[in-house]
Amino acid sequence: MASGVKPRVKVPKKAGAGDAITIKTLISHKMESGQRKDKSGNVIPRSIINRFTCDFNGQNVVDVTLEPAISTNPYIEFESTVPEAGEFKFTWYDDDGDVYETTKKIAIG
Amino acid sequence: LGAGAALMTILPLRANAAVDDLIAEFTGGAEVGEGGLTLTAPEIAENGNTVPISVSAPGAASIMVLAAGNPTPPVATFNFGPLAASQDASTRIRLAGTQDVIAVAKMADGSFVRASQTVKVTIGGCGG
Amino acid sequence: GNWARLAAQQSLTQDQLLQFDTFGNVSLIHVTDIHAQLMPIYFREPSINIGVGGNKGAVPHITGADFRRAYGIEDGSPSHYALSAGDFESLAKGYGKVGGLDRVSTVVNAIRADRPDAILLDGGDTWHGSYTCYHTEGQDMVNAMNHLKPDAMTFHWEFTLGSDRVAEIVEGLPFAALGQNIFDAEWDEPAELFKPYKFFERGGVKVAVIGQAFPYMPIANPRWMFPEYSFGIRDENMQAMVDEVRSMGAECVVCLSHNGFDVDKKMAGKVTGIDVILSGHTHDALPEPVLVGETIIVASGSNGKFVSRVDLDIRDGRMMGFRHKLIPIFSDVIAPDPAMTAVINEQRAPYADQLAEVIGHTDSTLYRRGNFNGSWDDLICDALISEREADIAMSPGVRWGPSLLPGDPITHEDIWNVTSMSYGEAYRSEMTGEFIKVILEDVADNIFNPDPYYQQGGDMVRIGGMGYRIDVSKPQGERITEMTLLKTGEAIDPAKTYIVAGWASVNEGTEGPQIWDVVESHIRKQGTVTLDPNNSVTVVGT
Ligand SMILES: [Mn+2]
Ligand SMILES: [Mn+2]
Repeated sequence: MASGVKPRVKVPKKAGAGDAITIKTLISHKMESGQRKDKSGNVIPRSIINRFTCDFNGQNVVDVTLEPAISTNPYIEFESTVPEAGEFKFTWYDDDGDVYETTKKIAIG
Repeated sequence: LGAGAALMTILPLRANAAVDDLIAEFTGGAEVGEGGLTLTAPEIAENGNTVPISVSAPGAASIMVLAAGNPTPPVATFNFGPLAASQDASTRIRLAGTQDVIAVAKMADGSFVRASQTVKVTIGGCGG
Repeated sequence: GNWARLAAQQSLTQDQLLQFDTFGNVSLIHVTDIHAQLMPIYFREPSINIGVGGNKGAVPHITGADFRRAYGIEDGSPSHYALSAGDFESLAKGYGKVGGLDRVSTVVNAIRADRPDAILLDGGDTWHGSYTCYHTEGQDMVNAMNHLKPDAMTFHWEFTLGSDRVAEIVEGLPFAALGQNIFDAEWDEPAELFKPYKFFERGGVKVAVIGQAFPYMPIANPRWMFPEYSFGIRDENMQAMVDEVRSMGAECVVCLSHNGFDVDKKMAGKVTGIDVILSGHTHDALPEPVLVGETIIVASGSNGKFVSRVDLDIRDGRMMGFRHKLIPIFSDVIAPDPAMTAVINEQRAPYADQLAEVIGHTDSTLYRRGNFNGSWDDLICDALISEREADIAMSPGVRWGPSLLPGDPITHEDIWNVTSMSYGEAYRSEMTGEFIKVILEDVADNIFNPDPYYQQGGDMVRIGGMGYRIDVSKPQGERITEMTLLKTGEAIDPAKTYIVAGWASVNEGTEGPQIWDVVESHIRKQGTVTLDPNNSVTVVGT
């Protein structure tokens, strides 16, 4: 499932120290639920993103468990406090063991 | 309306028997109250394959979401870390038909509250 | 006959229709749901329009003589003909056709002569519904409306042109394209192409117009044609927009809405600070606004048949009073505006031969409106059963499409006026009796759910070849009983498979001939269409 998986995140470039910001994340992934059947009636095996985390400068913001009922191209939105300048790290964990990461820097100002 | 629409049940999907077990597992059997948790979902889904939902429970440690009528009800569990600015989160979910979406929040004091919202999934297809 | 026609027209003058004592300091002009009807037409109002829940027996859910009594309208009067069903054929012969965008233009020009800075607002369902609109992908209507110079517009069927075409047109529009509830589906953010509101400074008053597009576009119409967008009622965002424009100094807030009337009523009760809702989508025409709290709701009909004028007295940031008139466009009484006639002729000229071609004649009135059936749909269902060799036919409960009188020729244009759309393929498929019931229950709940926010504003799917009983007061799953296959008189078997032909499927990849070709072929074989009264649906619980 590693092919064509593309994470995208929306994080403001700047915030005031201590501000709350909204973060939106999307990752392209078919989220095969394990309940669909192919044309010959065989169950298509489950293959999903099962966990998503967001950390800022090593501290956790959210840690989400995802199940097969999450839609194709999982979308997660949440709010983070920005105590200082630094970097958000976003991590998606695939059933097949693959891990996708992306980061976003944020400045104070 | 029209050809090839997947057969859906007419009545709202009943809660899957696993729902109570899943809630009990999340709460450790503790009593579940009401209030302090808001679940937002559309009255009618634009598309049952991608239904936007939001949960908000100020002060919660985590929030579990279930689709009570899906063949497998678990949807997601949001665990809020120390840098979460609020205990609010949104995602998009699959609903097999008209049913209740349920959220259960574990509050900071270890108590539990729940909220639910019916989402209608329709074949659609007419209009003025 | 001629005598009736003469008497009717003598009793009616353009001056009378336009008479209005200019009031206050702001004028609004509302047109909506024109459905690409550039020319005068006949349009029969519904004789059945059931309200449920809190709207049972409330306007616009009263029809015919009850409607006339509620508004003190005299039988046989112009208002009877324009606003209510009953005696349609004889009144139509007397009063003639209605609508025509060149007549609308005369009315708009007259209002602008009284109040040069009147705000003209188009409620949408404008770029859809005719032969020329289909073949120009809405350009005929864009050209004609640009000549009318609206100040803002909102949307519904326009999106069935596909999002690329919508973007192409909207980017070039010389007026505001509004929809506070049009969102980017991917990031759940307001769509850049559509602004939530626009400010107008008129008569020294800051007026904010907030747009509200049809909330259920991806459900009622094929969402694969505009996957970039998400809609919904979003009344919390509506409140936020009202608060925002008020904080920016708006003294008057107008909502240009395509919600449908009952949804507007509910929204007016939840969102505070809207002075006027100009309501569209459900095609209701009301001679007086309906008040909800301090909000007035104005319904201006469809198919180019009416123009609403609303004069407002705005003082100290408040609506102190209003004066309203629903102006029926009697085509033989209101003189066409020659400049607009020229624009219309220019749009139609390339297609003149196709439009005028006579396919057959009708002995019956052909109309569409009614909660369960209309004779146009009876004819379409007959065509589907016969041309597609089906047991049962389904025709969508749309509310657009003009009427024809007994004795009228049926032209190519007439057929397109009631069938034209970008997903008109007539499918033929197998459905079990159980699935047919699922469809009927699903559609019925979209119309008769007691909560207006669950209503999508159309009518019941029309069924050919099958009868049924509906109890509108029951919940989903329990409304439909006694489904009967008409050709045998047998009860529909849930487990048995039936051949069903229909059109306007919202599913991508639907195959079949276009519905207008199916209907044309059927009418050619008939020569003259005669329809029996349709008694196949028994309605209870009203
Ligand atoms: Mn319309
Ligand atoms: Mn509409």
